[in-house]
Amino acid sequence: MAKTSEVLLSPIFKDNPIALQVLGICSALAVTSKLYPTLIMCVALTATITLSNFFISLIRNIVPSNIRIIVQMTIISSLVIIVDQLLKAYDYETSKTLSVFVGLIITNCIVMGRAEAYAMQNGPYMSMVDGFGNGLGYSVILIIVGSIRELIGSGQLLGVQILPLVSEGGWYVSNNFFLLPPSSFLIIGLFIWFLRSWKTEQVEPAEFKMSKNAPKEVKVDHA
Amino acid sequence: MQNKDSIKNTLLIGIGLCLVCAAVISVIAVGLKELQKSNAILDQQKKIVAAADLKGFYGTTESAFDSIEEKIIDIEEGLITDISTEKYDLSKELKNPSRYIALSSIEDIATIKKRENFSKVFLEYREDQLNTVILPVRGYGLWGILYGYLAISSDLNTIVGLEFYQHKETPGLGAEVDNPKWKALWRGKKIYDENGEILIKVVKGKVDNNSDMSTYEVDGLSGATLTSNGVSNLLAYWLGDSGFKKFLNNLKQENING
Repeated sequence: MAKTSEVLLSPIFKDNPIALQVLGICSALAVTSKLYPTLIMCVALTATITLSNFFISLIRNIVPSNIRIIVQMTIISSLVIIVDQLLKAYDYETSKTLSVFVGLIITNCIVMGRAEAYAMQNGPYMSMVDGFGNGLGYSVILIIVGSIRELIGSGQLLGVQILPLVSEGGWYVSNNFFLLPPSSFLIIGLFIWFLRSWKTEQVEPAEFKMSKNAPKEVKVDHA
Repeated sequence: MQNKDSIKNTLLIGIGLCLVCAAVISVIAVGLKELQKSNAILDQQKKIVAAADLKGFYGTTESAFDSIEEKIIDIEEGLITDISTEKYDLSKELKNPSRYIALSSIEDIATIKKRENFSKVFLEYREDQLNTVILPVRGYGLWGILYGYLAISSDLNTIVGLEFYQHKETPGLGAEVDNPKWKALWRGKKIYDENGEILIKVVKGKVDNNSDMSTYEVDGLSGATLTSNGVSNLLAYWLGDSGFKKFLNNLKQENING
């Protein structure tokens, strides 16, 4: 089953949905200020994408092609509502922190993207593996971003103080920038850079070539 | 398979899928409803008990909450009513124009737009003596309204604690209103001076411990000036004349008269 492991593992580094396909960035920015909600979000998304790929693949042969996107959306949104309901029932605190972002898994491009690109063409088992693999790829990035942001932003990991803060008698001055969503851009950008230096085949050809600067214009004296 | 794209099949699949999905969601939503409701109630109780710092005395949140009396008060009159607390729901009160007053922009320092006429407060008695009063407070921070509970001790001027159970503030900045270290700063702070002026507020930066005002001041949240101001404003509103001041004064009279 070389193919199964290929489908499962390639989305993690080789074909990462966030780093290479640059999908699903919104939630990667929004929920990663602390590691714990990040982990819950990863579980929620991975569960959704795995199951949505499975169900969509199951009915792929009877779905009329002109309503297929709506069919996919219906299945995905039903799953997301279920995840949200479960979270509210079993982890109320985190569901309050994640609030609207669980619901926004519906519009997460990774989920829709995999449904349309993979589950519509492949069998249920492989689709599930593909969904799970992409969920893992998403999770890897989110966990990296979440760890860095929580550590630099508040000196903690999973709520445990790692770096003692100056305000509490320690030596670490927390960097509040890392608690704000834009810091994720920075971290994801750096991650993409490292990934592409390591796996150079991911580097895209330049879209245009820089031309040389125009010759210096002669200074006109406005009298 | 060749009629996969026929109108009949399209309708059939569309309607069938909707029905299946709707059925599954309904079953799960109804099945989990009780659990979710009790979560939400437990969450509130936890915050109320935490604000009043009762867990140490009573052992558990449940037993602490059992010892608390819920009362509906008339805010305008400042008196306890005998309305049943069971069906009281703030969001419903704020939908019925005869049950709230709309605030003018001058009055509305906490930016809440409407103030209910009846409010649910919590009273904790020890040996028939009032020990803690817990008041629901709310006001606008940076991104939305913060909802919380303010616990005041029996002298009706000393804060026991302040807890927020719902807010949308920035994690790590404004959301530090949930930080236990910051919440601990509220304990023992005074609200009113001798003339009944509200002096309690969140200052920018650190409180100067040598100043006369330090018993009325709490350190600001760094990087969250607007949230800090929001907390000051909501306290100023709810402890003021159109908030709970009258109720607190009445309680004080009652305490003095025995």
